[in-house]
Amino acid sequence: MASDKRSGEIELVSVTKRFGETVAVDAVSLHIPQGAYCCLLGPSGCGKTTILRMIAGHETPSEGDIRIGGESVVGQPPLRRGTAMMFQAYALFPHLSVLDNVAFSLKMRGIDRAKRHRQAHELLAKVRLDQFADRLPAQLSGGQQQRVALARALITNPRVLLLDEPLSALDEYLRLRMRGELRRMQKQLGITFVHVTHTQLEAIAVADMLVVMDHGRIEQAASPSTIYNTPRTPYVARFIGGQNVLSGKVESVADGMVTVRDAGGTRLTAPIGSTRLAPGSQLYLSIRRDQIAVAKAAGNPAGAGEVNSVRGKVHSIEYQGSYVKVTIDLAQSEEFVANVSDVDFLRATVEIGDDVLARWSATDARLLEGVDKAGERKGYADTGLM
Amino acid sequence: MTMQGAADRQRPWTFYALAAFFALFVLFLYGPMIVIYVLSFQGPNGGLTFPLNGVSLHWFDALIKQERTGDIAGAFRRSIGLAGLVTVLTVLLSVMAGLAFRRRFMGSGLVFYMAVASLIMPGLFVSLGIGLVFQMLDLPTSWYGSAAGAQLTWTLPYGLLIMFAVLGRFDRSYEEAASDLGATNWQRLRHVTLPIVAPGIIGVALFGFTLSYDEFPRTVLTSGSSNTLPLEIWAMTTDVTSPALFAVGTVTTVISFIVIGIALSSIMLIERRRLRRAGTGENVG
Repeated sequence: MASDKRSGEIELVSVTKRFGETVAVDAVSLHIPQGAYCCLLGPSGCGKTTILRMIAGHETPSEGDIRIGGESVVGQPPLRRGTAMMFQAYALFPHLSVLDNVAFSLKMRGIDRAKRHRQAHELLAKVRLDQFADRLPAQLSGGQQQRVALARALITNPRVLLLDEPLSALDEYLRLRMRGELRRMQKQLGITFVHVTHTQLEAIAVADMLVVMDHGRIEQAASPSTIYNTPRTPYVARFIGGQNVLSGKVESVADGMVTVRDAGGTRLTAPIGSTRLAPGSQLYLSIRRDQIAVAKAAGNPAGAGEVNSVRGKVHSIEYQGSYVKVTIDLAQSEEFVANVSDVDFLRATVEIGDDVLARWSATDARLLEGVDKAGERKGYADTGLM
Repeated sequence: MTMQGAADRQRPWTFYALAAFFALFVLFLYGPMIVIYVLSFQGPNGGLTFPLNGVSLHWFDALIKQERTGDIAGAFRRSIGLAGLVTVLTVLLSVMAGLAFRRRFMGSGLVFYMAVASLIMPGLFVSLGIGLVFQMLDLPTSWYGSAAGAQLTWTLPYGLLIMFAVLGRFDRSYEEAASDLGATNWQRLRHVTLPIVAPGIIGVALFGFTLSYDEFPRTVLTSGSSNTLPLEIWAMTTDVTSPALFAVGTVTTVISFIVIGIALSSIMLIERRRLRRAGTGENVG
């Protein structure tokens, strides 16, 4: 491939990073197109920050190659790579004014004072901070500091901007505002952004491309809507949230549908693609929380034995505004959550302790690949998207 | 106010016991020094003890003219010179060593413990050993050579430990940010690392200076034929029996305060300059 100094296309070719005995990144291959807003998402210690730092040139891969714009950048200093990094706590130089912070890179290149200050003022105007040019970083609020960090990174005119948890130091209100700002900025500049976060909501809100990671490996890389609607593995379904994960053994396959029997004897069906399934093998399904209807079990004509319905006791009910989150204790498995629209909930209300049936349509169930290695990580499901 | 008063009345007896103990401590610490300062202004016919027989600067004058006293002015010059030399070397070496120790290297633990071990070696024996070795090698001992070396065995471990504390709080991401913005290793040190840890470096300098300026045991057998100030004062206590001795105490204390004052005000100046630069926001832009 021809190298292009302006292209922010990033390619990781089976990149591995070891720290002593620990494998932080395990043979990861990833292609991020030029101009994409890519989010690396995963719990802490999953290797996402290490990948970012290797792209930036602050870590060297133990194996594999990193290419930017078609050219291998391993061993090159950050500026030659055309990357700029925004650090987690911004790392603004505390002894320099906002203006000198932004102009730092130009000063290092020996550009004279008048010229570098003019350019720094232009960038500060772009992030609407020109009136604070002579302040020290410590005299600015968190949101303002973040904008200074952005201006300082952008003055190098990078083709790739690397953001390490850029919103984690902000309060809830600013976080929401700044993530919109970052997204707007990225579209306006047309350069590649790689953004590391452990917050699912943040990733889904800003990214064109979402990379879900676990234990140094990529679990799934796709658009946020693809990942949300068709998570590949039980881990992704749980981590991204908003899903119920059920499992059972394959009973039969017919007419493009698989029938699975769970531990409690309930039959679940789901459409299958091209996958070949052996009868008796363990299978996982996910169903979005908002595609589930809840009704009282007592006096329900269909009752138990119905396909694609589970029975349990209501454990808790949380009003969330436009919907109501109903958590149901199932006898045979983990907690099961249904997000019922407020209108539906008011029409057929249930209460804590009620015996209920939760049902969904067979076409809303999705088959997951792989084994469930995240059984003990149930906690993730609740931090995720509702 | 009334609440404050109520709190005062309810203080337990331990408060008064500890307060009295602290008062004794302060008296013990500063009382004798204050006596010496006062007696140094003794009148020309006064003696080494109270009462004051008039008030004069006579004994300071005697000090300068070196009547009946040793070479105080020369000893003072040598001490300042030696302290300056030791300070510069301490700062240079501890800053570089502090930066080097941020990374583990082969034998870093051993090097560190060897450097710090000299803190627990009796100073007089360090002095004796260095003096002996110089004699065996037939090298001349001098305040600017062997004595400076002997004092470094004392000031360097301190400087190193201070730099550890300073650099321990230093966030490495500042340096990564500098590299990310295209700074070379030298530019990164010059424009980012050193300015940020500057107050700590001034602390190292202050320590180096004061440790060297009044160091006795490590200097006594290594300084050669000319005395430094502490050695000169020690010699005076045996053969000078006039308040000129007290005048030396007053002068050296004043010098110490000046040095500390310079160090503190330079730290404050750095802070103030940063703030002032930050304060004038209107004229630019």
